[in-house]
Amino acid sequence: MRLTCPHCGERPHDEFAYRGDATLRRPDPAAPADPEAEHSFVYLRDNPVAGHREHWLHAFGCRTLLVVTRDPATHAIRSIELAAP
Amino acid sequence: MTAGRSFRLASGGLVARDAPLRFSFDGADYEGLAGDTLASALLANGVRLAGRSFKYHRPRGIVAAGSEEPNALVELGAVGRREPDTRATTAELFDGLSARSQNRWPSLRFDAMAVNSLFAPLLGAGFYYKTFMWPASFWERLYEPLIRRAAGLGRIAEARDPDRYETVHDHCDVLVVGAGPAGIAAALAAARAGAKTILVEEDFVAGGRLVADRREIDGVGGAEFARAAQAELAGLPNARVLVRTALFGAYDHGEYGAVERVTDHLADPPPFAVRQRLRRIFAKRCIVAAGAIERPLPFGDNDRPGVMLAGAVRAYLNRYAVTPGTRAVVFADNDDAARTLADLALAGVEVAAHVDPRPGAAARLTAASGVATRAIEGVVTRALGRLAVTGAASVDAAGAAWRVDCDLIAVSGGWTPSAHLTTHLGGKPAWREDIGAFAPGALPPGMAVAGAAAGDFGLADALTGGWAAGARAAQDLGFAPPPPREPKVDPDAPARASTLRVHPGARGKVFVDLQNDVTTGDVALARREGFRRPEHLKRYTTLGMATDQGKTSGPLGLAELAALEGREVSDLAPTTWRPPFTPVAIGALAGAHVGPDLQPTRLPPAHAVAVEMGAVFVPAGPWLRAQYYPQGAESGWLEAADAEVRAVRAAAGVCDVSTLGKFEVAGADAAAFLDFAFANPVGALAPGRVRYGLLLRDDGMAMDDGTVARLAPHRFVVTSSSVGGPAAHLHFDFQRQARKPDLDVRIENVTSQWAQFSVAGPRARDAIARVLDPAFDVSDAAFPYLAAGEARLAGGEPARLFRLSYSGERAYEIATPAQWGAGLFRALVAACEELGGRAYGLEALNVMRIEKGHVAGSEIDGRTTPRDLGLDKFVAKKKDFVGRAMLSRPTLLDPARPSLVGLRSVEPDARIVAGAHLLAEGAPFDARHDLGHVTTFGHSPTLGRWIALALVKDGAARIGTRLRAVEPLRGHDALCEVVAPAQFDPEGSRLHG
Ligand SMILES: [Zn+2]
Repeated sequence: MRLTCPHCGERPHDEFAYRGDATLRRPDPAAPADPEAEHSFVYLRDNPVAGHREHWLHAFGCRTLLVVTRDPATHAIRSIELAAP
Repeated sequence: MTAGRSFRLASGGLVARDAPLRFSFDGADYEGLAGDTLASALLANGVRLAGRSFKYHRPRGIVAAGSEEPNALVELGAVGRREPDTRATTAELFDGLSARSQNRWPSLRFDAMAVNSLFAPLLGAGFYYKTFMWPASFWERLYEPLIRRAAGLGRIAEARDPDRYETVHDHCDVLVVGAGPAGIAAALAAARAGAKTILVEEDFVAGGRLVADRREIDGVGGAEFARAAQAELAGLPNARVLVRTALFGAYDHGEYGAVERVTDHLADPPPFAVRQRLRRIFAKRCIVAAGAIERPLPFGDNDRPGVMLAGAVRAYLNRYAVTPGTRAVVFADNDDAARTLADLALAGVEVAAHVDPRPGAAARLTAASGVATRAIEGVVTRALGRLAVTGAASVDAAGAAWRVDCDLIAVSGGWTPSAHLTTHLGGKPAWREDIGAFAPGALPPGMAVAGAAAGDFGLADALTGGWAAGARAAQDLGFAPPPPREPKVDPDAPARASTLRVHPGARGKVFVDLQNDVTTGDVALARREGFRRPEHLKRYTTLGMATDQGKTSGPLGLAELAALEGREVSDLAPTTWRPPFTPVAIGALAGAHVGPDLQPTRLPPAHAVAVEMGAVFVPAGPWLRAQYYPQGAESGWLEAADAEVRAVRAAAGVCDVSTLGKFEVAGADAAAFLDFAFANPVGALAPGRVRYGLLLRDDGMAMDDGTVARLAPHRFVVTSSSVGGPAAHLHFDFQRQARKPDLDVRIENVTSQWAQFSVAGPRARDAIARVLDPAFDVSDAAFPYLAAGEARLAGGEPARLFRLSYSGERAYEIATPAQWGAGLFRALVAACEELGGRAYGLEALNVMRIEKGHVAGSEIDGRTTPRDLGLDKFVAKKKDFVGRAMLSRPTLLDPARPSLVGLRSVEPDARIVAGAHLLAEGAPFDARHDLGHVTTFGHSPTLGRWIALALVKDGAARIGTRLRAVEPLRGHDALCEVVAPAQFDPEGSRLHG
């Protein structure tokens, strides 16, 4: 696989660290405790056949965290953007 | 018996008659020529029996002339270089080559295991699943060795591979796979347009069928055309031709895997040359011109040595100038037979009969080729002979039986496009009625197919199709395409491939898969037992597995299954082809990453000083660290580490801790970020102070620990463990960007930029004072326990000082930029020695941390919570931090969870070892009575005992009791006393001593 880092250009996937589902939202620590939401955040993952938004960190490059939208069936990359612009 | 005679033609072929090469096969010496493969050289010497089959140990010969060869697998090399399952048809001959046949015992001509043939009913489809079922204990002792001896495919090397391998990355615009006519045309078009082009060819000669058949292009012979094209490409700055390079896989986003055999063909490889080179090729466009694979035909005993694919017969005649027989029967059902007949006749081989089932075809083609032979409209039903073909039995359309003497049966069931590479990314081949075969279907992005691989079997179509594909690829990439090209070639008449049905008159075993010894009977049996889909049939019968991956057997298997099911082949889906297309040595995939080079070794800045001091090193993750520094008569780690611990506890010691992960964290929100990242309240630190830091994962498990020092209001220095540095770095960068993107904070990994040393012991302050700028006040009033600050060394070099203790003694950690690390370490060792101390290594460090009950990587193993480790007192109650919510899960609060305790041996000399399991006294050694395990151990000279840390069920409740620490692999069994984790100076009075 090849990923195009917005800073570094097209690079082989070996340079990136995979960090999983980018759609997860950490439960609000200020809200009342919600064990179901916490459990879901830590353990439950969707496995969508269509586009999947996922975190890749350019570990052997600029150390930027990217949100990559990838088709898990074909590995086609739909978009790559910065997680924290 | 044919051995001893030469079957080499007087002229022709791409062999160097002035370069004879000696080689041996099964101990007998022979001579071949440069340009031969092992297979062509064997045939030139009349050797047609090449091996025994996998299951039935039937005698087998050479079937093909390329990488699709299912039969002629031999063993090359010896000891560490032994390479089993090498196809004789791809092994390039060199002087001194020594090959052995496989699957025979005691000899090739007499194989005792051939009695397996008599047990064929037992060895049929699924025999593994049915026969060797019970009892389970028989597997290891009886069944497996038996099966290995009887049915193995070759022997693996028994010693370490002495050769070197490497990996390179290639980048190009257009990658062309296969240097046959289509590939050559594609590469020429792309390269002439200016595209950066790579043409790969698995053979050692470019040309494909151009060197195997007698062809003419624009008035030039096929071999000459290929040679000229190769020379033109080699002369272009933007093109490369890589021969001996097999493309074995297509991967995502235009990455391709290829293996180049660099020195396999050399009798005397230059020293330091790599044997094979893995090429990772990144290409914007790829043109697959991998050609087509000829199909065998199903008839009785169609595995006898002397039954050969017709295209291979022509290759041996034309390319190698070798006659694979003296009297041939041609059995084919397509018009390629005319070429086979003509080439055999030209080489002086008598053609005894031409058999073709199509109405009128045999007579028509025989007449057209001008070869005087008997034309039989019918089929061959059985090959006669055992160690070699002696004749062919056939039946004609009128039902008359013929019996023809011959020593060669040239067969052709037509051609199947080599579509493998087009399916590696999930594409499915599509049925093409016009050619009667499966051809490439939907292609992955950037890939095109040309020539026979695309189902264009004619030479003119291959050349124009290849040229067009190359021009289109170049044009796609912005290059001006060259004009179309219409070469003039000698005529050919590619025909639809046959249905490959077995004639009802066939007698004997009809083989579908020669390599796996799968017969039509096995296919029928599997189907009767319910394995009716090609993928199921493959798993049950092994049809299509092993080195050839069904290249020749696939179409036959599908045809047979379709016939039994009463369906058309086009209704069935071929089994999935996966990389690699051709076998790839594990050594080539590993490249240079073997032994100590498995990963880069990191050395701390003062490594050379430790070497000078005679330190003994131990790997710690990627780091090489000093384990101990033996002095005088100290004979090993135990004596040296005991002395080092005593020196620290009595005077002062210095330990290189440069390997710790080190991070600078700065910004207006640095404190807020660290408070989120760490479980304990590190953000509340006052400037000039340092404290312990604990990292958790999202699931509440401990991830790593280290220290956090605040040098200024918005500037922190953080450490992690040595092995955990990269993971901590990833954790910080991920949490900052994914969870706290709005905070103003920067994180830099400065692990390599700073050398750092721990100086510990009652005289540690004196030692530190000797290396610091005298103006720096290290008095306890100015620099108390847990102070942190910037300082200068005696020579003015910058330094950072932290008053931290891992050993439980008064201790300091001092850091300086890496370039001064060696000098500082030398100065600290000298200072400690003057004070009666010495340097200490990882072993002593570990002993002292066990004495103090400090956890490290052996306890922070991904399954332990702060509570399990006795660290819950550090965990913040009020702030939010990574992993906080999950800490309160009820199962993690269960008091019976394994928790940290200390152990000490009851007998001074009874060694407790890491990995030992803990049992109550008198309990049997089984999983049900297992109470926990020892995580780390050492010998404490302070306590005069072996000591350890352990994770034990109901840990706190067991303090004061006794347990056995049992490690049966090395025979350790020690009675231990369970104690609190901190065994030595639990009140911490020595920190200030
Ligand atoms: Zn980058």
